Amino acid sequence: MDMVFPLLSTIIFLPLGVALILILLPRKNPLLIKVFTLIWTILEFGLSLPLFFNFNEKTAGMQFMENLDWFPEFGIGYILGVDGISMLLVLLTTFLTVLCVLCSWNSITDKVKEYYASFLLLETAMLGALCALDLVLFYIFWELMLVPMYLLIGVWGGPRRIYAAIKFFLFTMVGSVLMLLAIMALYFHYGRDTGLYTFNLLELYKVSMPVMKQYWLFAAFALSFAIKVPMFPFHTWLPDAHTEAPTAGSVILAGVLLKMGTYGFLRFAIPLFPQAALAAAPLISILALIGIIYGAIMCIMQTDMKRLIAYSSVSHLGYVMLGIFAFNMQGLEGGIYQMLNHGISTGGLFLIVGMIYERRHTRMIADFGGLSKVMPRLAVFFMIITLSSIALPGTNGFVGEFLILLGAFRSNVSYGVLATSGVILGAVYMLWMFQRVMFGQITKEENRGLKDITKRETVILCAIVFFIFFMGLYSQAFFRKIDATAAGYLQNMQTKIASTHPAGPVPWR
Amino acid sequence: MVVMKPELAFGWIIPEIVITLSAVFILLLSAFRRKSDIGRLAGGVSLIGAGLALFFTCRLWNSDIDIYNGLYTIDNFGLFFKALVLVISLLVTLLSLRYVEREEMIKGEYYALLLFGILGMMIMVSSNHFVTIFIGLEVMSIAIYVLCGLLIGNPRSAEASLKYFLLGAFATAFLLYGIALIYGTTGILDVREIARYVTSGNFLITPAFMAGMALLIVGFGFKTASVPFHMWTPDVYEGAPTSITAYMATGVKAAAFGAFLRVFYTALYPFLTEWSGMLWIIAVLTMTLGNITALMQNDIKRMLAYSSIAHAGYILIAFAVGDRVFSASILFYLLVYTFMNIGAFAVVILLGRKEAPNTGIESYAGLATRHPMIALAMSIFLLSLAGVPPLAGFMGKFYVLSDAIKAGYYWLAIIGVLNSVVAVYYYLRVIMYMYFKEPEGEIGRMDPSPAYAVVIGISIWALIHMGIFPRSFLLIARESVNIFM
Repeated sequence: MDMVFPLLSTIIFLPLGVALILILLPRKNPLLIKVFTLIWTILEFGLSLPLFFNFNEKTAGMQFMENLDWFPEFGIGYILGVDGISMLLVLLTTFLTVLCVLCSWNSITDKVKEYYASFLLLETAMLGALCALDLVLFYIFWELMLVPMYLLIGVWGGPRRIYAAIKFFLFTMVGSVLMLLAIMALYFHYGRDTGLYTFNLLELYKVSMPVMKQYWLFAAFALSFAIKVPMFPFHTWLPDAHTEAPTAGSVILAGVLLKMGTYGFLRFAIPLFPQAALAAAPLISILALIGIIYGAIMCIMQTDMKRLIAYSSVSHLGYVMLGIFAFNMQGLEGGIYQMLNHGISTGGLFLIVGMIYERRHTRMIADFGGLSKVMPRLAVFFMIITLSSIALPGTNGFVGEFLILLGAFRSNVSYGVLATSGVILGAVYMLWMFQRVMFGQITKEENRGLKDITKRETVILCAIVFFIFFMGLYSQAFFRKIDATAAGYLQNMQTKIASTHPAGPVPWR
Repeated sequence: MVVMKPELAFGWIIPEIVITLSAVFILLLSAFRRKSDIGRLAGGVSLIGAGLALFFTCRLWNSDIDIYNGLYTIDNFGLFFKALVLVISLLVTLLSLRYVEREEMIKGEYYALLLFGILGMMIMVSSNHFVTIFIGLEVMSIAIYVLCGLLIGNPRSAEASLKYFLLGAFATAFLLYGIALIYGTTGILDVREIARYVTSGNFLITPAFMAGMALLIVGFGFKTASVPFHMWTPDVYEGAPTSITAYMATGVKAAAFGAFLRVFYTALYPFLTEWSGMLWIIAVLTMTLGNITALMQNDIKRMLAYSSIAHAGYILIAFAVGDRVFSASILFYLLVYTFMNIGAFAVVILLGRKEAPNTGIESYAGLATRHPMIALAMSIFLLSLAGVPPLAGFMGKFYVLSDAIKAGYYWLAIIGVLNSVVAVYYYLRVIMYMYFKEPEGEIGRMDPSPAYAVVIGISIWALIHMGIFPRSFLLIARESVNIFM
């Protein structure tokens, strides 16, 4: 193999390197730390762009692969690669990290150095988890995500931050340790079957195992990912974590960390155990539907803006899961697209709430009203992002949600009908919240003196709004990258199910 | 009977000789030199002695020989453990240099006993003969009974010493009784011979033999601090000087597991089905009780004591599985465990004072603001103990659990991982105090000594290195367990 530039490794470990340098910078000069981090995160985003532009759209296989031996006696390798799904999530991660650094500019004044170092460590872990194609490597990055996020919530979070941080850590840990055992069981099963002991995911995709065993292992993987997504009824950590986290923490939590759950289903749980996934599809779809509707109803009742958006994530991620488990092209592509959309628009909503909170130090809906009079520019951006979140045609949300609904209708009409009712509820809670906060008379004196958004904040929101419209109007640019992967994905699943169960059910018509 | 000239075998036991001579030399020093400068001298001598012994131990790698009529064995398994306890003695000695001064302990005897304890451990792990194993165990134990009580004027320390002595004497009696019963039913004291004899076909398994086996489990269970033989652990670990706590939690445990493993994986391996079930239960009890009790501790030393009980439970997972090749994971785990525990105890020592030990968890509040580097180091040790990748603690758990999964012990593995989640809570609690809370009161000035920094630095390096590149260490561990093949 000729030496090629290890692009993925560079992208993954650059933030870690920057974090280590950051620790050496003088504590006295927070501006230097902020500027330094910002420059490097922008460079990091730039570095990840070639993934998009040099991506081969024709193939469903892994690209930009790197494959090194790590612990050959145990079959553990250092294997990286991206396909149409993970490539876009990598870009989302590097993009949102830049915004997170920008939005923390003035709000973080305590332990600035540690804050940005944690953030960069988190970025490394997330990117690593997205690119890893070896189960041990993946697991290491997967667990590594917990520590910086724990610190971000616990050190720089709100009043109940300690409770939220520990809850976040423990919930995720319970799921992931069981997944670890399932990984080992898979490893030994495959090794005994074929004589090749390996954690290489691409190799393990060929595994065939008795259906009963598949169920158990799928359950372990699915539990871990379902907690992360989070699917109803494992979602209770999310509102706490979101409410207590600092703004940037919420953005990255909603934007990327939750996607790790859905991504895990796509990358690991489903292709490794297709029959079990197929059998579990009704259960998961129903849980997703409960999540959609329950999340929406919870949103209507919230009095805290941030908590409302947190519950809306439960609802939105329900759509993603529903789309993925429809097991048809529309549902799958819609699910993948919705993962990106949710990162952009919910990330945007958290940013806006953060901006309001910085000025007013409250997030209670009842404390606001008529803000559009004092903050007209913010109102415009808030409106656009809100509309994107409720999937108005022309925005990115519409494309994803429409495809998901299409896929859901094709797999089961009643799922489609129920999911559509969730769309209506979504419009209800978002618009109602927007109306109560932004429109009407200014009811509170304190709100009269609020300043409109600054240039820095405008830049952040412009970036978000750009992607809302770009992904809404020219979605082809993205689907071109996803198409081959998604088609290949379903194809592989079909052959795998057919090869073991000739008379087995075929999930798509 | 061939009588071997003793001097012929000297080459094989140079490490033991070096340690003995250093210890005796330190005793003589303390008799003849002024009291004031003994501390540094004795510390220096034991560092040099342990370093030399470590060097010679490594030189002997890949030898496999019985000496002194089979009373003593030099093999990779024993050498691995010898090297491990020597590393422990080096680290503990470094920790003690300043600590002994601060706590105004009797310096000469402290270092001499430390080395005698190491000597006992070295003897214990390098013999296939029950009598030698027992002698090693006694040499080690007696030294440690005294070491526990060296905080003169501190009633907790005296209590620890007495408690450890009384319960230890019981446990030793159990062990000895077990050996006697096995000897009584087989007529053999060499563990390999026993294995050969019991599989030869003329051996009839008797209740007395089984009782002997059970008593051995009790005896070793005591030394490895496994539930239900753990009662002494929290009090002794809390009362003993902190450096000795680190020494016991790592050294004694490693040596006891070494001998335990050797006896059960050779002599009693034919009875795997019988003892595996027993150890299954002990493993589950040890992990669960250790972790759940640790949740309620507000004293770091006590918390670490219970956590060390829990870690013995994780090791017992691999032990109960009984896979001879994969028992390498036990060795690897002990290696990893050594560094994370000594590191954590080093931080505990570093924050203590003569008049205020500062072991309450509230002393750690706001540590990250005051001493960010120390808080970072402590976090690394705690996260490694919790098994968070990419630190070595994760790799240790990974291999132990993969043993269980490989052999189909799914429930044991599931209980193990759920326990590790429980453990995360109390390790994170300390991190939470260090990072999320504001400082309460003053803990006073640090007591800086480069020796602490060396120990902490080595431990961190080892944990990161073994976490990311575990390969060479695991291969060494595999070579060590080749003796069971």
